[in-house]
Amino acid sequence: MSKKVLVLGEVRDGELRNVSFEAIAAAKEISSGGEVVAVLCGEGLNEAGKALIHFGADRVVLAEHSLLSTYSTDGYVQALLQVIDQEKPDGLVLGHTALGKDLSPRLAARLKSGLISDVTSLEQAGENVVFTRPIYSGKAFEKKVITDGLVFVTIRPNNIPPLEIDESRSGDVAALAVDVKDLRTVVKDVVRKASTGVDLSEAKIIVAGGRGVKSEDGFKPLQELADVLGAAVGASRGACDADYCDYSLQIGQTGKVVTPDLYIACGISGAIQHLAGMSNSKVIVAINKDPEASIFSVADYGIVGDLFEVVPLLTEEFKNVLVKS
Amino acid sequence: MNLYVILKRTFDTEEKISISNGAISHDSAEYIINPYDEYAIEEAITLRDAHGGEVTVVTVGTEESEKELRTALAMGADKAVLIDTEELESTDQFTTSAVLAEFFKDKEYDLILGGNVAIDNGSGQVGPRLAELLGIPQVTTITKIEVNGTDVFIERDVEGDVEKIETSLPLLVTAQQGLNEPRYSSLPGIMKAKKKPLETLEIDDLDIDEEDVAAKTKTVEVFMPPKKEAGKILSGEVNDQVKELVSLLRSEAKVI
Ligand SMILES: Cc1cc2nc3c(=O)[nH]c(=O)nc-3n(C[C@H](O)[C@H](O)[C@H](O)COP(=O)(O)OP(=O)(O)OC[C@H]3O[C@@H](n4cnc5c(N)ncnc54)[C@H](O)[C@@H]3O)c2cc1C
Ligand SMILES: Cc1cc2nc3c(=O)[nH]c(=O)nc-3n(C[C@H](O)[C@H](O)[C@H](O)COP(=O)(O)OP(=O)(O)OC[C@H]3O[C@@H](n4cnc5c(N)ncnc54)[C@H](O)[C@@H]3O)c2cc1C
Repeated sequence: MSKKVLVLGEVRDGELRNVSFEAIAAAKEISSGGEVVAVLCGEGLNEAGKALIHFGADRVVLAEHSLLSTYSTDGYVQALLQVIDQEKPDGLVLGHTALGKDLSPRLAARLKSGLISDVTSLEQAGENVVFTRPIYSGKAFEKKVITDGLVFVTIRPNNIPPLEIDESRSGDVAALAVDVKDLRTVVKDVVRKASTGVDLSEAKIIVAGGRGVKSEDGFKPLQELADVLGAAVGASRGACDADYCDYSLQIGQTGKVVTPDLYIACGISGAIQHLAGMSNSKVIVAINKDPEASIFSVADYGIVGDLFEVVPLLTEEFKNVLVKS
Repeated sequence: MNLYVILKRTFDTEEKISISNGAISHDSAEYIINPYDEYAIEEAITLRDAHGGEVTVVTVGTEESEKELRTALAMGADKAVLIDTEELESTDQFTTSAVLAEFFKDKEYDLILGGNVAIDNGSGQVGPRLAELLGIPQVTTITKIEVNGTDVFIERDVEGDVEKIETSLPLLVTAQQGLNEPRYSSLPGIMKAKKKPLETLEIDDLDIDEEDVAAKTKTVEVFMPPKKEAGKILSGEVNDQVKELVSLLRSEAKVI
């Protein structure tokens, strides 16, 4: 049965996040031939709206209000309820991002609906769509279905491939003036820590350092390797706690959950809380001087050795081969 | 201040996890208080010590969860409530939050604290769902909180950025790592905890119709990730290892 599925697009620093395109792909699958309607909240989002159409949305609704340019739980709940009231969707897809995690359960409670969070893949099975998600810090997976009402899910970034971009696609991008008021939480200030450049949760290659990096300077060889590979730099909690780098680089259960094509772990022991954030990576390389370190249990390739020796050599070798090709 | 902590008893995911009869095996499991809930308990105790009042820990679970409640009491919470849902057949986050909302309906609360996510089922839904059902604001993944009368100042972690927020009581917050360092329970604490009130409520004690809280989702399969082939640990001269790794990443793994 074809369904109408709503997707909430997410804009950060004026750019749509990739997870929004991935959410459209998920919505398309759930809709099984029905309609995919993307929603954006804020102001001046016409261009972003068109991009969502190019990535497969059939239509876009721009929920416009000046109070929506920064995220607030109350503001977004109010706006989305008005869009939902207008559209009456059968499904709803959000990214499992800070915003999605804060908003989706609240919305689900209001709509008295189920919600399957942190989905990494989905498939049709007869009448149902079956959603797969990691559980137990990534040690196991479960398949879940919605048994009643709205098909409401959040998807983990970088897992569901977006549809091919098609700039010739067209569709209606319509503004909806929404009513937003009485925000009970007010964001007074945002201290930006996240480094500019590649967004960790969307990076294709990540070079990550742990306590083994030993100092702030110790991250330099990792940064050089990352530069050669066009990669993002990440870190373990150990490295953040020791003040070698900022918490915004933290990967794991508390930090960012990443699924790059290639994850290079340098001087990271592989605690379960770290693995929870990266064990889904397609290919994992571990560089650690301790052959017993648990990181090797999830690694595809391992080098037992001193990272300060290995990483610079690796950078040189990549420079060589990448120049040649 | 009337402080409440919603607490989940969970699997210690640092332990080995296995599957039997299509479900996660409970036999060899170690149980703990969900680590993020420990931060919530610690913060509640600190706030109580600063502002006065009482800390009540509440869990939806089974008889076994008494152990984790006692641990919270030993840390310094004043009272504990176990809502025993053993008899409910289908439960999910919709259920848990609905049961909790029913419990809170006639309570006076200033601040409810929870974890931002449970490390086993890991949906992060119960806190925000409960806040909505109670009609109070929420702030998730907090790393700092100050209360001044009914004014509340919060810092929250947003993917590494720090958001500074002003809001007011009553409020629900969920704890992120970094909020505090949870204390260990001391021996005197453990002794005292034995005498602190632990109330058990059955579903019948709450105004709940089983059908109204029935799950909206169903788990159809639980499985372990396909066992990864043992990784290749390279050997030989470091120079050769590095060359081999680069070549493997290009020709075998094809990620570069
Ligand atoms: C509730 C909770 C949430 C948590 N969340 C997270 C999270 O999100 N992310 C996270 O990462 N952790 C998290 N942790 C912490 C986690 O348990 C570990 O403490 C942390 O991951 C350890 O960091 P590390 O591997 O860098 O340090 P260590 O465990 O100290 O490991 C350092 C490694 O470096 C190696 N090494 C040292 N020198 C060299 C060298 N010269 N060359 C090569 N190797 C070297 C050592 O052999 C060792 O294996 C959490 C913990 C809790 C309780
Ligand atoms: C015997 C039994 C069997 C169950 N079997 C299943 C099952 O097979 N599949 C399934 O999806 N669910 C099952 N549940 C329900 C499951 O425990 C809920 O999904 C869970 O309560 C919340 O989900 P979560 O782990 O995603 O927590 P999250 O939403 O990630 O938890 C976030 C925070 O909410 C609070 N919180 C969460 N759970 C509770 C709680 N129980 N009591 C008080 N506070 C809480 C904590 O502060 C926690 O840190 C079962 C419950 C019981 C009692």
